[in-house]
Amino acid sequence: MLILKILWKNAFRNKLRTSLTLLGITIAILAFGLLRTVISAWYAGVEASSATRLVTRNSTSIIFSLPLSYKNRISQTSGVKTVSYGTWFGGVYIEEKNFFPNFSVEPQTFLDLYPEFLVSPNEKEAFLRDRKGFVAGRKLVEKYGWKIGDIVTLKGTIFLGDWDFVLRAIYRGRDKTTDESQFLFHWEYLNETLKKRNPYHPWVDQVGYYMIGVTRPEVGSAVAAAIDGAFKNSFAETLTETEKAFQQGFVAMSGAIITAIQLVSMVVIVIILAVVANTMAMTTRERMGEYAVLKTLGFGRKHIAGLIFGESFVITMLGCGLGIAATFPAAQVFTHTLGTYFPIFRVEPKTVYLDLAAGFVVGGCAGIIPAIRAIQIRIADGLRRIG
Amino acid sequence: MTEKKNTLVEIRDVTKSYHRGSYTVPVLREISLDIGEGEFLCLMGPSGSGKTTLLNLIAGIDRVDSGTIRVGDVAITNLSEMELAQWRATHVGFIFQFYNLIPVLTAVENVELPLHLTGLSKKERWEHAMMALRLVNLDHRVSHYPNQLSGGEQQRVAIARAIITDPTLLVADEPTGDLDRVSAEEVLNLMGRLNSDLGKTIIMVTHDPRAAARARQLKHLEKGLLNDAHP
Repeated sequence: MLILKILWKNAFRNKLRTSLTLLGITIAILAFGLLRTVISAWYAGVEASSATRLVTRNSTSIIFSLPLSYKNRISQTSGVKTVSYGTWFGGVYIEEKNFFPNFSVEPQTFLDLYPEFLVSPNEKEAFLRDRKGFVAGRKLVEKYGWKIGDIVTLKGTIFLGDWDFVLRAIYRGRDKTTDESQFLFHWEYLNETLKKRNPYHPWVDQVGYYMIGVTRPEVGSAVAAAIDGAFKNSFAETLTETEKAFQQGFVAMSGAIITAIQLVSMVVIVIILAVVANTMAMTTRERMGEYAVLKTLGFGRKHIAGLIFGESFVITMLGCGLGIAATFPAAQVFTHTLGTYFPIFRVEPKTVYLDLAAGFVVGGCAGIIPAIRAIQIRIADGLRRIG
Repeated sequence: MTEKKNTLVEIRDVTKSYHRGSYTVPVLREISLDIGEGEFLCLMGPSGSGKTTLLNLIAGIDRVDSGTIRVGDVAITNLSEMELAQWRATHVGFIFQFYNLIPVLTAVENVELPLHLTGLSKKERWEHAMMALRLVNLDHRVSHYPNQLSGGEQQRVAIARAIITDPTLLVADEPTGDLDRVSAEEVLNLMGRLNSDLGKTIIMVTHDPRAAARARQLKHLEKGLLNDAHP
């Protein structure tokens, strides 16, 4: 216990230095935690994917369409339970900074396929009845202060012009990973309007992708192969994959950014290591005389190493704890300001474990060289440093 | 036979040099010395004569280049680092010029510190530490930290720490070197009592003739060679 008291008190002997080191560790762990949370947010769509959903898109690229006529043939494929479809609309609300995901979908089948989107029966009915109606996530509605019945106008960036919609339903996420910032409206409304404006518009009777519900996860690959086989050599060949693979494809497009964020988060850890190692090197040099005294009294290598590593761990883990505690409110602020870009910005337990692991590794590594020096110094040399 | 029985420290042909870069500085040259049990020996000599080095060698905190040192039945020059640390913990008490107390521990905790290497319970350690502090008349300052004590008090705490394990040998390196006259007198009186009343064998290095006068035997070191001197 006395050894614990010594290392605890040693950690706070130079209050200014320890405070500055703690501040450095806290900020670094906060930055590390937020960066890891950004990476987790990127993968939120992948995490929320269902094993019983497939996505079929144009095999050339997601930006090319597929004919609506494919729906019946897909429905007839063995193992297919539900077929829905949709198109990325890409509209902005008032001005471009108000970005959120907005899609035209076939509403009935979409809501059947996505049971994690919880809508009250009355609102669901109202949404299905009104072709100009839309359903929006709780967070999006709260952000813009919309109410049921409000008319919301989006400016089309792909489908040009102003598009009016009526808020008929608000969905809540069943799971924490469900994105509550989406804006979904009737595909029929988009298609009919396009037809009216220009019957030869390339997106008339075309969809961006099909969402397919299969009977069991195990049949997914066979169903995907059957669908792609059915449209082989057609003018719009398909690529069918699991929803997870589809989402991962989007994440892969940002691969370089994610790698850069991962690298920066690692650099942050190296910086903390340098800060703590510097502190430990200074404190150990100052206390070399005391370690020599302890050796003189018969304390061995393990005691000296224990004191140095213990002090290193006390400082690092305390800073780590403060950093973790600060990550949660910081993530809230992040969600508030960048919620439309990162709708699922949650500090995962995995991030906290990584913070703790980083703190542990830094605490251990920072103590190695000072401990070796303290252990190796001759007692007579150490005692000469006193006085 | 009787003389052999009374010899506690037996030093034979001890040589020690220090290396400063490419230079080798000889410090002790073939020193031989016997120190009897219950002796109070004082080592004197000019700075750099090797007094502290000889004291460190006897106390097992430095290594000889050649020769042997035997304390009691143990040839300490043959012990490994770990064995030497264990031997020091139980056989030697140290008193330093600058007290060398651990600043983050109270007086009683400093005294108790060496007992953490023994199997004593917390209560037993506390009782032993209090007894040692009573012996040095500091039982009223148990909860004070070193920076709350005078130099003389700190040295008395250091003496209490040195005797807490009831060691065979007490080594003191300039124990009064950092003290005023009154405090130095108190410390020397205490060391005298430890020698005369408790029979502790003490080896002391000092420049102070008043301190040297308390010793029963005086040795003079000069240029690494040992000569007899008279107190």
